[in-house]
Amino acid sequence: MAEETPAPASPARKPIVNDFCITFSTINGSGSATANNILLRAFFRMGIPVSGKNIFPSNIQGQPTWYSLRLSKDGYLARLERDDIVVAMNPATIAKEVGFIVPGGVLIYADDIKLTELRPDIIAYPMPVKQLVKESEVAPGLRDYIANMVYVGVVGYLLKMPLDVLRQTIEVHFKGKQKAIDSNFGTVRAAYEWAAANLTKTDPYEVTPMDRTKGYVMTDGNTAGALGSLYGGMQFCGWYPITPASSLVESFTDYAAPLRTDPETGKQTFAVVQAEDELAAAGMIVGAGFAGLRAMTATSGPGLSLMAEYLSLAYYAEVPLVIWDVQRVGPSTGLPTRTAQCDITEAYFIGHGDTQFILLFPGSVQECFEFGWRSLDYAERYQTPVLVMSDLDLGMNYWMTPAFEYPDQPMDRGKVLWEEDLEKMIKERNGDWGRYLDIDNDGIPYRTVAGNRHPRSAYFARGTGHDEYARYSEEPDVWERVLNRIAKKFETARNQLVKPVIQSRQGARIGILSVGSTDPAIIEALDCLQANHNLPADYLRVRAIPFSDEVYDFIRNHDRIYVVEMNRDGQLHQILRLNIPDCTSKLISVAHIDGMPLTAKWICDQITTQEAK
Amino acid sequence: MATQAAQQVNQAGLSRADYKGAPSTLCQGCGHNGIASQITSALYELNVVPETVVKFSGIGCSSKSPTYFLSRSFAFNGVHGRMPSLALGALFGDARLHGIGVSGDGDTASIGIGQFKHIVRRNMPMVYIVENNGVYGLTKGQFSATAELGLSLKRQGTNPFLPVDICLEALASNASFVARSFAGDPRQLKELLKAAYSHRGIAVIDIISPCVTFHNQDGWLHSYTYGKEHEEPLHEISYVPARDEVTVEDFEEGTTRDVELHDGAVIRLKKLERDYDPTNRAAAFQILEEANQSGELVTGLIYVNPEIPSMFDAYNLPEEGLNRLPAHKLRPTPESLDRLNASFA
Repeated sequence: MAEETPAPASPARKPIVNDFCITFSTINGSGSATANNILLRAFFRMGIPVSGKNIFPSNIQGQPTWYSLRLSKDGYLARLERDDIVVAMNPATIAKEVGFIVPGGVLIYADDIKLTELRPDIIAYPMPVKQLVKESEVAPGLRDYIANMVYVGVVGYLLKMPLDVLRQTIEVHFKGKQKAIDSNFGTVRAAYEWAAANLTKTDPYEVTPMDRTKGYVMTDGNTAGALGSLYGGMQFCGWYPITPASSLVESFTDYAAPLRTDPETGKQTFAVVQAEDELAAAGMIVGAGFAGLRAMTATSGPGLSLMAEYLSLAYYAEVPLVIWDVQRVGPSTGLPTRTAQCDITEAYFIGHGDTQFILLFPGSVQECFEFGWRSLDYAERYQTPVLVMSDLDLGMNYWMTPAFEYPDQPMDRGKVLWEEDLEKMIKERNGDWGRYLDIDNDGIPYRTVAGNRHPRSAYFARGTGHDEYARYSEEPDVWERVLNRIAKKFETARNQLVKPVIQSRQGARIGILSVGSTDPAIIEALDCLQANHNLPADYLRVRAIPFSDEVYDFIRNHDRIYVVEMNRDGQLHQILRLNIPDCTSKLISVAHIDGMPLTAKWICDQITTQEAK
Repeated sequence: MATQAAQQVNQAGLSRADYKGAPSTLCQGCGHNGIASQITSALYELNVVPETVVKFSGIGCSSKSPTYFLSRSFAFNGVHGRMPSLALGALFGDARLHGIGVSGDGDTASIGIGQFKHIVRRNMPMVYIVENNGVYGLTKGQFSATAELGLSLKRQGTNPFLPVDICLEALASNASFVARSFAGDPRQLKELLKAAYSHRGIAVIDIISPCVTFHNQDGWLHSYTYGKEHEEPLHEISYVPARDEVTVEDFEEGTTRDVELHDGAVIRLKKLERDYDPTNRAAAFQILEEANQSGELVTGLIYVNPEIPSMFDAYNLPEEGLNRLPAHKLRPTPESLDRLNASFA
């Protein structure tokens, strides 16, 4: 359960098994990511539910960086506000980190760090990092990198991990590179053996194998989004590098080369273009979407701002495209390496003029995969931009997530007419064909794309006023008619998009409503509210805007709705109030932004405080 | 006679009418109208199938022009200054398509200078026309970035800044085809348009196109009188399609120079006064600088290099249009996903 205070340290304490948090404090650029990743994967390999969060600076090398691993036998993956164990490799920050350790917790530190005063209520173990590195046989240039493997060995011993699991994990990590396997595992084993010979374990933390990771994979949301796009047939990506979105496109490129090369022709079925800026990235995908390519880009708040003008054109000219917004802390450059959900209103209101956009909110890495392909289907089905609202925590951290499921529906290319389709339509409609005619009365017109050789296929796409036949028009009634018809598409889409996820509890009169990566903290908070406060709450996680009927029903059917999100202004809360004005009084904003993922404790505290009023 | 002319068709089986656009809504006498008409003629004479062309533009008077030619071609009128990115994305849809972009001096040299230079740098295969009149027309007569120092315009006063030279910007960005022409010289313009269309790479044509409403003052560069008086053609130019035998009676032995384009077509240049070599980039810089010093309007093919790899050469795209690939070529197999899942486990 969340945030219970452990008993004070005493040698007779009951073991704490598979249920604690370790934070590694290192210096970025020192290769600590490899060491942290190996421990994460080793726990995962042991069948223990585990999550990892990288708290890193906007810097390349030499600044403090932290990595927190949470092991949870109950399967909770959210961040904790406390550390049970701190592994300190950075003398500059150790004083602060020691303060975060729970009473009875553990400090494992490089023995060249001078400790001024040590808390009496924690257990401290020194590690002779320099000495062990010196004794290893690695080249002097690699010593700094291998230094982090010392704590892998020491932590492994102290937590009673089988050395073999660490060996297997290292072998997988460095697949095939025997030299790297030997030097890294050699250091881990030396440290493990040193700890066995020199340390007396007096703390209660340990791990034992479980069976709770079967059917799960361990990867990050940007990789998942890339693969979802890849299996969604994404054909064109124009993009501009920005943290934390860059790795989405880079992963796509890595995986697409083998998976999207036509075995018959040897030709690639995709193109990725690094643009000169986000203005151009947006222009490129609008062009590609217009020409019938499944087009996508990935960016973050500042980049999304630059794409705004082209988004309004795409809305009005009805061009399909997908934008991934991997959100980070804004406004402005803000905290570019920290997580937030602070672009929700930006995305919702981004257009000039009367516009509307489809927003999707993945709440897990698995959903990043799923929304990768679905977003491309939706964009082409409704001929409009789709924004996928991920965030840094989801996108850049490794998560255990259910294995990716192959799309259960054939690719939906929407209403595209090639030569024969167009010929048929022209015949059926006695020659009456227009790009923007609402033939099916669902607001969604038919479209042709450049390259179609039918003499009546071409049309003039434009952001200026146009009629149903794509002819330039400044007629007042034409403008209003076309704009209203476009609005109808979104009414069609509203109940066809991915449905919200709803969890119900007996006797619940209040509800929590949220989006995206707050999910794990809310799942844990729901248990905490029930168990510690006897306060059952239902939970609805919105996965798409425009809101479907279920969202309206959920709000109407509860006394109070707590809208939980990671921003200052309660952006989702604002949008809900606009959409459901008659329920405004029961919508309570629970919003917070400091760059860190939400914790169950914080959510639980907020709701119980409110409920006590 | 009229009936006979209407029946006349080119080798694509199309009449001139098949290349026409909607009637122009620009001012009477606008240089841009003459350009649209030369594009129509050039493509008719090249036997181009209109459905294989995609027209692009940004915002401004110039960017309205694609409406006035090739109604049977797809077109996209994008946002101000950002036609290049739009065109780039769209042309990846089917690399067999030909792009014709029409921009203006505001659209290219001010708001769009960044995208202009980058599409040039990438050598994206398309014709990039700048209809250059030194003034913003649609917003009623503000200075553009190509307006000369000291120009005075009603309501704007006197321009205190030196102009951007679009040909120099293109050359500096490693353009593979740079030409300048004058809307009042339809013969040269048409031949340059044909050559640009056959060039496999970015083909920039800066066309001085006077604005008769806001800026057609005698004595200034972007006017008809100045253009007529100061146009100094580098050479007479003839475009010879690949399928024709390369003999043009007009040219005398020893005074012509041929430049072969990627598709085998030839641009034949007849020497005028100086022995200008348009394949020499340093010479191109020099002639532009000399013209700048002397106030002349050099026109013709300023630089061409058919050997620079195009943007598409950096990609391994299917022969057929990328946009024609069926779903099964775009979605890998379920087994491949199983393997990926196993690699993450």
